Amino acid sequence: MNKQIFLTWAIAVAILYSCRNEAEIYPPEIVQLAPPDAGRVAGFYLLNEGNMGSNKSTLDYYDYGTGEYRRNIFADANPSVPKELGDVGNDIKIYGSKLYAVINCSNKIEVMDKRTARRLGQIDVPNCRYIRFHNGYAYISSYAGPVELNPHYEQLGYVAKVDTASLLVIDRCLVGFQPDELEIADGKIYVANSGGYMFPNYEKTVSVIDLESFKEIKRIEVARNLHRLRADRHGNLWVSSRGDYYAQPSRLYRIDRTRDETADSIDIAVSNFHLDGDSLYLYSTEWSYISMSNEVTYGIVDVAKRAIVTRSFITDGTDQQIKIPYGIMVHPLTKDIYVTDAKNYVSPGTLYCFGSDGRLKWNVRTGDIPAHFVFLED
Amino acid sequence: MFWYKMISTGLLLALHGALQAQESLADSVRHLEGVTVTANRYQEVIPSQRLSGARLEGLNSFSVADAIRYFSGVQIKDYGGVGGLKTVDLRSMGTNHMGVFYDGIQLGNAQNGQIDLGKFSLDNIEEISLYNGQKSEIFQPAKDFGSAGTIYLRTRRPRFEEGKPLNLIAFARTGSFGLLNPSLLLEIKTGRSSALSLNAEYIGASGKYKFRYRKVLADGTTAWDTTAVRQNGDIGSLRLEGGANGFTEHSSWHAKAYFFDSEKGIPGAIVNNVWKRSQRQWDRNFFAQGSFRRQFSGRADLLANIKLAVDRMRYLNPDTTLLYIDNTFVQREAYASLAGKYSLLPDWDINLSADYQWNRLDASLQDFVRPRRHTALVALATALEWKRLKVQASLLGTYVFESVDGRGGEAPAPSGANDRREYTPAVFLSYRSRPEGPLLLRAFCKRIFRMPTFNDLYYTDIGNVALRPEYTVQYNLGLLFEKEYGRGMLSGLSLRADAYYNEVTDKIVAVPKGNGQFRWMMMNLGYVEIRGLELSANLALRPAESMQLGLGLNYTFQRAQDFSSPSDNDAEAGTWGRQIAYIPRHNGSAVANLNWKRWDVNYSFAYVGKRYHNSSNIRENLEQPWYTHDLALSRQLGLPKLKCKLSLEVNNLLDQQYDVVLNYPMPGRNWKMIVRVEM
Repeated sequence: MNKQIFLTWAIAVAILYSCRNEAEIYPPEIVQLAPPDAGRVAGFYLLNEGNMGSNKSTLDYYDYGTGEYRRNIFADANPSVPKELGDVGNDIKIYGSKLYAVINCSNKIEVMDKRTARRLGQIDVPNCRYIRFHNGYAYISSYAGPVELNPHYEQLGYVAKVDTASLLVIDRCLVGFQPDELEIADGKIYVANSGGYMFPNYEKTVSVIDLESFKEIKRIEVARNLHRLRADRHGNLWVSSRGDYYAQPSRLYRIDRTRDETADSIDIAVSNFHLDGDSLYLYSTEWSYISMSNEVTYGIVDVAKRAIVTRSFITDGTDQQIKIPYGIMVHPLTKDIYVTDAKNYVSPGTLYCFGSDGRLKWNVRTGDIPAHFVFLED
Repeated sequence: MFWYKMISTGLLLALHGALQAQESLADSVRHLEGVTVTANRYQEVIPSQRLSGARLEGLNSFSVADAIRYFSGVQIKDYGGVGGLKTVDLRSMGTNHMGVFYDGIQLGNAQNGQIDLGKFSLDNIEEISLYNGQKSEIFQPAKDFGSAGTIYLRTRRPRFEEGKPLNLIAFARTGSFGLLNPSLLLEIKTGRSSALSLNAEYIGASGKYKFRYRKVLADGTTAWDTTAVRQNGDIGSLRLEGGANGFTEHSSWHAKAYFFDSEKGIPGAIVNNVWKRSQRQWDRNFFAQGSFRRQFSGRADLLANIKLAVDRMRYLNPDTTLLYIDNTFVQREAYASLAGKYSLLPDWDINLSADYQWNRLDASLQDFVRPRRHTALVALATALEWKRLKVQASLLGTYVFESVDGRGGEAPAPSGANDRREYTPAVFLSYRSRPEGPLLLRAFCKRIFRMPTFNDLYYTDIGNVALRPEYTVQYNLGLLFEKEYGRGMLSGLSLRADAYYNEVTDKIVAVPKGNGQFRWMMMNLGYVEIRGLELSANLALRPAESMQLGLGLNYTFQRAQDFSSPSDNDAEAGTWGRQIAYIPRHNGSAVANLNWKRWDVNYSFAYVGKRYHNSSNIRENLEQPWYTHDLALSRQLGLPKLKCKLSLEVNNLLDQQYDVVLNYPMPGRNWKMIVRVEM
């Protein structure tokens, strides 16, 4: 009897063993979306954030030359990197021959070859948020202030200056609380301070840093909880305020760069935008405590006329399917509009491609929380 | 008098402990049917599983959570390590639907509804029982009717050998993770019919263990392979418990005071470039409770319970590169219950119980409204025996009133929670194939809900005061075969099969709120259907003279489908109709213990099949199956006047590297040495 029992268990154990596989690095999934279309723009990268703690930030690539969408390319291109790309991708940009992905909760900027996405190195910046470039340097905003032992300490954020050749942080400039996007124009860096950790006392200012001295030279009072900013060719800086989520709604502000002062605002809520020529494509997702749901709106603002051109650029009703728009981009030549849907933040999202007429061309499954785009130009 | 008999019978039972299998193979209550008037003759009406005696002692279990994973239908969510959070999910309905009772009174957590079973030591636990639906007993407080499933932890009741007024038991454990765990239990006979017990336990551990993550390429070659040491998993905790109990001919009582104090690191998720975290948590829990039970005239019984509890939790994130957090939460609870049972006919009982509970949560959060909750519960229940059919039915009325800080003082809570009335029924049936026959058919259905927690309702920015309760409906049909054999090698056999269907409606889930800064909102949006099958077998064998072998096997199949979002129906990656997060289709366990003279060998095996960490069942979300083999060897040392037992345990014998929760690595092979001295 004992022998039988032993045998039974030996068999059971053997069966169970066969059930467990080694965790595998999967090759990218390739989806054919459109006919091949060779042009000046080779393709674009899409950075998926992944929910906090999930370590599921992934990179997708769309190749215009083949019309193929390649889902989750980083692990395959870099099979020897432990724990892959990391936790919560927050920004992606190309400068020179390199692709830079800012991975917020992994406290690093992953630096890759822009054509192969092969890892070249990393820049360590704790709690890094956004990245911009100028004259061989990368400028990275970070929520992480100086480390001090002080329970009442309020941490200012900073902008790190990084040599793109050595990938080393060579200088830091303290700005406001929890700085988000930055923009470089007229020899200055503009930084949108959010104060996101300071609820309900959000920040209200844009920091202005002189590029030459790398010192903060001015604070421009705008509105609460600033997030994104973009310079246009008419001497303006467009800044989005998230609002305080209660009394004060999200809104679009204009800073006059000749005076570095807030000029006016446009009564439109903004979560994210993309500036193409004079057209500022934007959407907004705001929680309504009345309907107890997210209210999603779209629009285009003409930055030359400083007016809303339209409140909808999706014309075929597809916007009804998009639960949480999370990323937006416009093709510089074809004017195709790309919008992502992050859905519930924890399951895979969707990327929608609309023609310039606002009609759906294709859509494709992405990673979790598809968010940030960058074009790869030839 | 019956208590004395019960105690001596209990001792006898403990001696042939190997027989005490999970199903009531050697159910003490059943053995005592003739002796005690309060014996529960409805015991087997409701599916239950039990661990007690040698079975429980033999398992390589550090905490209650470790022991419970050998039950069928149960998933333990385990964040790993000595101090890691361990919660129980019964039949995929979610941890918040599980009621946990400590010596007959529910452990509360109005803040987040989760009871960390990793916190409860097995040192002074005598029996763990788990019931689907509710306990097979109508004579109980109204709260006991109020969960979808219940776990009862019963602490050791003092028993004294003839002429011995004092029991002293000392434990010392040490082993992996820098574990240092001494404990002392003192039982004093204070009179012919009363006793006192005192228990102190300290747990200290560095919580460090090696873990390994590894991935391979499609051809099986190693892509990357990394080993690191789990950091910031240290714990220091002290538990003090004092109890008193007594009885007279017609009544019994027990009282208990419990104090727990701990500081621990929160090791956090392992993600790229982050291998160490610095968050800390301090817990201080105190409760005092008492229970009194009296029998009148053989037909009427009365039960009174009372409890006071204060729980303090502080969470600190000292990492200034992140959001600095230093929050303290204080929960207070007061509870009183009265239950009365009356036997209308020898085979027909009715019970009426009424409970009142008060909860309050204070928090050092911005704009926190400090909610207070008053809950009144009334339960009417009946149990009927007609020939071979046994029936139990109950109806629970729950009345909730909440108030919060408003402008100018306390005010009724806004909408929803300020005046809630819910009525929930349950019906249980069992039918025996023939009188005293071994085969039993049983069925139940129960509708119950869980209230939204204080966090769900009031947590600054996330909470939603408009939340409704989350409901479950359970249907169960099962067969039980139980037989004991006087002679031959097989001395006892119990087989159980239960099929069930559950629905969770208005499930409270977090949905993204607006854009950016990871803001969430709690909403009643989820809907889950669960179809499952549980099989279990328990055998007690006598392979040879003075040798006892106990075997237990459990298997659970669960299809738990997420029907929350009909539009998310992509053929590959959609969540609609897919298996919900962290629920395997297959899981099981096997436990064997062999007792020969002074030796005990225990082997336990737990298996959890493949799962997905999200309702989108794609390969990127797949979590590999895991299974652990644990082995323990112990020997009694025959010293005069001193009972001494030495044990050596090896857990995760094959050093499997696995996560129960994504990015929370579990320990590999680890060992423990235990000395137990009793005098």
